[in-house]
Amino acid sequence: MNDPVNDSVNAELQELAESVFADARGAGTGFDAELWKTLDDTGLARLTLPGDAGGSEGTFSDAAVVLAAAGAHAARVPLVETDLLAGWLLHSAGIAVPAGPLTAVAGELEVAGTGVRGELRRVPWARAAAGVVVLTAGHVVLLGPERLTVTDGANLAEEPRDTAVVQGEVAPTAVAALPGGAAEEFRLRAAFGRAQLLAGAARGALAASVRYAGERVQFGRPIGRFQAVQQQLALAAAEVASASAAASAAAAAVTAGGFTAAASRFAVAAAKARTGEAAGAVARIAHQVHGAIGFTREHDLRLTTTRLWAWRDEDGSDAEWNAEIGAAALAAGPDGLWPMVTGSP
Amino acid sequence: MEAVTETMVRLPALVPPPTDLPPRAAALRGEVRAFLAQERAAGAWTPRADVWLSGWDERFTRELGSRGWLGMTIPVEYGGHGASPLDRYVVTEELLAAGAPVAAHWVADRQIGPTLMRFGTEAQRQRFLPGIAKGEVYFGIGMSEPDAGSDLAAVRTRAVQVSGGWELTGTKVWTSGAHHAHAFFALARSAPRDEQNRHAGLSQFIVELDSPGVQIRPIPLLTGAHHFNEVVFDGVFVPDDMVLGEIGAGWRQVTSELAFERSGPERFLSTFPLLTALVGELLANGSTPHRELGGLVSRLWTLRRMSLAVAGSLESGEAPELAAAVVKDLGTRYENEVIDVARLLVATPPDPGAEGGYARLLADAVLHAPGFTLRGGTNEVLRGIVARGLGLR
Repeated sequence: MNDPVNDSVNAELQELAESVFADARGAGTGFDAELWKTLDDTGLARLTLPGDAGGSEGTFSDAAVVLAAAGAHAARVPLVETDLLAGWLLHSAGIAVPAGPLTAVAGELEVAGTGVRGELRRVPWARAAAGVVVLTAGHVVLLGPERLTVTDGANLAEEPRDTAVVQGEVAPTAVAALPGGAAEEFRLRAAFGRAQLLAGAARGALAASVRYAGERVQFGRPIGRFQAVQQQLALAAAEVASASAAASAAAAAVTAGGFTAAASRFAVAAAKARTGEAAGAVARIAHQVHGAIGFTREHDLRLTTTRLWAWRDEDGSDAEWNAEIGAAALAAGPDGLWPMVTGSP
Repeated sequence: MEAVTETMVRLPALVPPPTDLPPRAAALRGEVRAFLAQERAAGAWTPRADVWLSGWDERFTRELGSRGWLGMTIPVEYGGHGASPLDRYVVTEELLAAGAPVAAHWVADRQIGPTLMRFGTEAQRQRFLPGIAKGEVYFGIGMSEPDAGSDLAAVRTRAVQVSGGWELTGTKVWTSGAHHAHAFFALARSAPRDEQNRHAGLSQFIVELDSPGVQIRPIPLLTGAHHFNEVVFDGVFVPDDMVLGEIGAGWRQVTSELAFERSGPERFLSTFPLLTALVGELLANGSTPHRELGGLVSRLWTLRRMSLAVAGSLESGEAPELAAAVVKDLGTRYENEVIDVARLLVATPPDPGAEGGYARLLADAVLHAPGFTLRGGTNEVLRGIVARGLGLR
């Protein structure tokens, strides 16, 4: 049933997140240090981490609300990376969580005692991070910026996806054994965070398109008055609704059962798949409605649409997550399919 | 970017927050599944596609009634069970997913019961609700006419006041199950058409289908099966006590019914039995198209979560019209998509003559599919509702 108390808490959080990210919105590039400071001051930067790791002890449904706003306003900060991934991984491995923006990556590093070497590819925000947390086959390693040689790279939205080379010694307190199940949970957390951002970016692109359709006049009236345009925007709205519903339902599942429950794993997989599918449809309609101006760097539509295109292929594409679900569905067989969908064996 | 932010705040909520089923739902679901397994083991019926239109089975309906699974939300004093709409949701989705024959009670259970509770008189409730809950009284819906489809306000059936009641003359079409049903709700024009307010002057009447002057003729579907009917009234007398709600309030009453019926599980499960059979075919062929199958499953999971969110919101007394329209638009397109993917993955042609199984399910699904995106408001009309919700019209 709908929960009025939680709904109103979420509404307040939504308002706060909306105002924080809207104020910071802009077409710049690179890490937004000012926004990060605000997020730190308001407790949003480490929303789900426990208090003893400097966190606000929020739920994953709270995180969903904040990440959707971050996605809608194209925030240039490693929020998923710091809170859901790096902070959590360090805390679970018993390594102290450093201050500042963090990032995390699953990669192959040679770890021998405190000696580490290797190359990490497509690390989100490596150039701006106060610490890079690496999940290797058997270890969790925290690397400070001084240990890394970073070469800039980017995704379609010009967000940093850097290459980082490491060779040398780290402090004994910066290496720990990989906790059991952490690799799988890391993968699910990354997909979960990305799905929330995608749902937000899809809503942002729809909002921009509705606005534009109401302003742009052709043939003597706003193009949003034409049924052909209305039908397209309604299709986009349906995709946005579906992406939001999938992302919110995954958040509710994870809030209730953590990431290890079977229902949560299914929900996260389905949410990343659905938001990834919706991304392409929403971006296509948003650009069609915006016409030529949306296809240029002069217009800010690209801030959300390039993120939709980048994020749908990060942390597992819709094809990859659907393949996992399909394999599980075949394993369940005809009689197990419906119990799988309802989560009621 | 200030401008975009303002729009973002103004965009309506496209979907209500997630709804979790109450813990008691698991036990209820278990009972329904056990009953269905028992029915299937006895060979009582064969799973079919689009069962809420095509699966008329009065024995099955009475069985459901005897187990307390019809009229669940109707109060106990009217023979119902005083349960929550979410309990009804669980029963309904289990029946549809199994491809069980639910058509006989479908309209009565989904629409007529709740509408009588909302607009019916005490005498009307006493008269019809106990039979509906027992699975013994069947209803139809008389809205569409030859010249009034999407444009429902164009209905021409006339209701003329006479001594002690009203006299109806006109023609209703696409009335599912009218040839078996005891009665239906007819929407008729009780006052002359006002071009300034086309929605005024409409009223609803409960018409017993064995009344003098009622003629029912079959309109066969693409399959040749008889589910649809044309219902012609030639001066049919309807007593005053069978007026539903208020004279002149028909439009408001009818549209409030529609909001409830747009987002249920029947809007995305019509071809689910085909999906189940598809999994069986894939396993038999040793075929492993994981991505395509997974796509159908993740979309189905999402639709169900959306539909449940709307159900939870309705239970809280809200009327999320926009979200309901979105569920129906996406869900009915999904029902078609199951057919497309099945054809992509399995080379078995449809066979309308088969007793059951994949080929028969595919045949029925293909021939029933055009109706999915038409009934209950065409998808284009629904998108118009969404566009209005977005502030575009």
